[in-house]
Amino acid sequence: MTTAEHPAPSYPFGPSEGLDLHPRYAELRREDPVSRVTMPYGGEAWLVTRYDDIKVVLADSRFSRAATVGQDVPRMRPPIESENILSMDPPDHSRLRKLVSKAFTVRRIEELRPRVQIMVDELVDDLLDAGQPADLAKTVAWPLPVRVISELLGVPKEDRDNFRTWTGLALATGNETTPEQIEEALNQLLGYMGGLIVQRREKPTDDLLSGLIQARDDGDKLSEQELIVLAVTLLAAGHETTANQIGSHVYQLLTREGYWQRLVDDPELVPGAVEELLRHTPLSVGADNARVALEDVEVGGRLIRKGEAVVVMPLLGNRDASVFERPDELDLDREKNPHMAFGHGVHHCLGAPLARVELQLALGTLARRLPNLRLAEAPADVPWRRDKIVRGPSALLVTW
Amino acid sequence: MTEPGAAATAGARWAVTVDRSRCNGSAICAGTAHGRFRVENGKSRPVETEIAPDEAVLDAAESCPWEALTVTDLASGTVLAPEQ
Repeated sequence: MTTAEHPAPSYPFGPSEGLDLHPRYAELRREDPVSRVTMPYGGEAWLVTRYDDIKVVLADSRFSRAATVGQDVPRMRPPIESENILSMDPPDHSRLRKLVSKAFTVRRIEELRPRVQIMVDELVDDLLDAGQPADLAKTVAWPLPVRVISELLGVPKEDRDNFRTWTGLALATGNETTPEQIEEALNQLLGYMGGLIVQRREKPTDDLLSGLIQARDDGDKLSEQELIVLAVTLLAAGHETTANQIGSHVYQLLTREGYWQRLVDDPELVPGAVEELLRHTPLSVGADNARVALEDVEVGGRLIRKGEAVVVMPLLGNRDASVFERPDELDLDREKNPHMAFGHGVHHCLGAPLARVELQLALGTLARRLPNLRLAEAPADVPWRRDKIVRGPSALLVTW
Repeated sequence: MTEPGAAATAGARWAVTVDRSRCNGSAICAGTAHGRFRVENGKSRPVETEIAPDEAVLDAAESCPWEALTVTDLASGTVLAPEQ
């Protein structure tokens, strides 16, 4: 145990370079799988690095997200957690999740596949029109999820640039952004959504936002504030993650000898390749989303006392050699792949089925239409986003 | 959907099933309805297949992305969740 005289090591252990994973994680998994770290804000937390232990923390109701709301808990970024679907416990969480879960079932999302395919083809057309070299991140990876979630939710085209800018700032880590800028961006998102809800209330449309407004006005299923925050969360979570993963996945494939060609040669490989890319590719810059123990809980042989916080990153479980052979290798033929890239437990990503469809269609279409796709610069020269909690290339120059 | 309140009459019993061919092991159900589901080897199964009415089990069935859970009123055979 650490004491006041021996503070826990600072976290994160080093800067996030590209898609690198700090070697300290693998050491901890072997030597000290439930260990103390000092987070950038809010003091010390437990960091869990083994697959099974991460699942316990994510799924056991004795670990609470709601207990972090309004509290100075250990965390990666300046803002104190506010109430939203990601920071609620059942049954409040279930009440909100039920309102949107129907729109995101595997069955319903599969019905959107033809529409998403059209959008992907339009964006690949744009890429071809842009001429070589072209920025795949800017032309395909970002516009696709933005268009998909905007259409699903009912957010007008002309507002997309604004909400992308605000989301980017709201999800800054704070290294180059002040807490005031982060808060202002969040308020702009909330203000924008509040205004859009007023418009939709007067003139309902056939989309998810109008459906949520109806659930509020006719069913009293959620408060006005919950409605606004939920819509903002869907919008932000609906594009920021997938956009970065599309760029990172293409980077992963193009920087390994023969990987792209395998997708070109075998389109049926795409779904499995996407799962392996999801497993292997870092998404967030570090463990966060603290859970607070509501009572004493033993995890991985360590006693976590009531009131203590645990921070998690699913990627660390995805790299656990006790579950995945050669865990750091990207193996497109991996057969058993119970990764937890989308999390585990009640907060398992609502948009997972949609993200899968977008990733499958983006990679599959690029492989089919651009079989000679390659990076236009050295892998080491690809620029990565800075000061953001979600990792990804800030530009991905390609030729074909 | 049948009103849960209507089904929760005295002595009502619900059947809970998990279609393991659909289940993805996300454990959304186990977290939503505490003590009602157990996830082992990447698949969920109900702890008890017949239960007294419990709103949280309906929440779990409504929240499953794979629609792997079904809750049925035993007496009438009515599917209580998920809503079709």
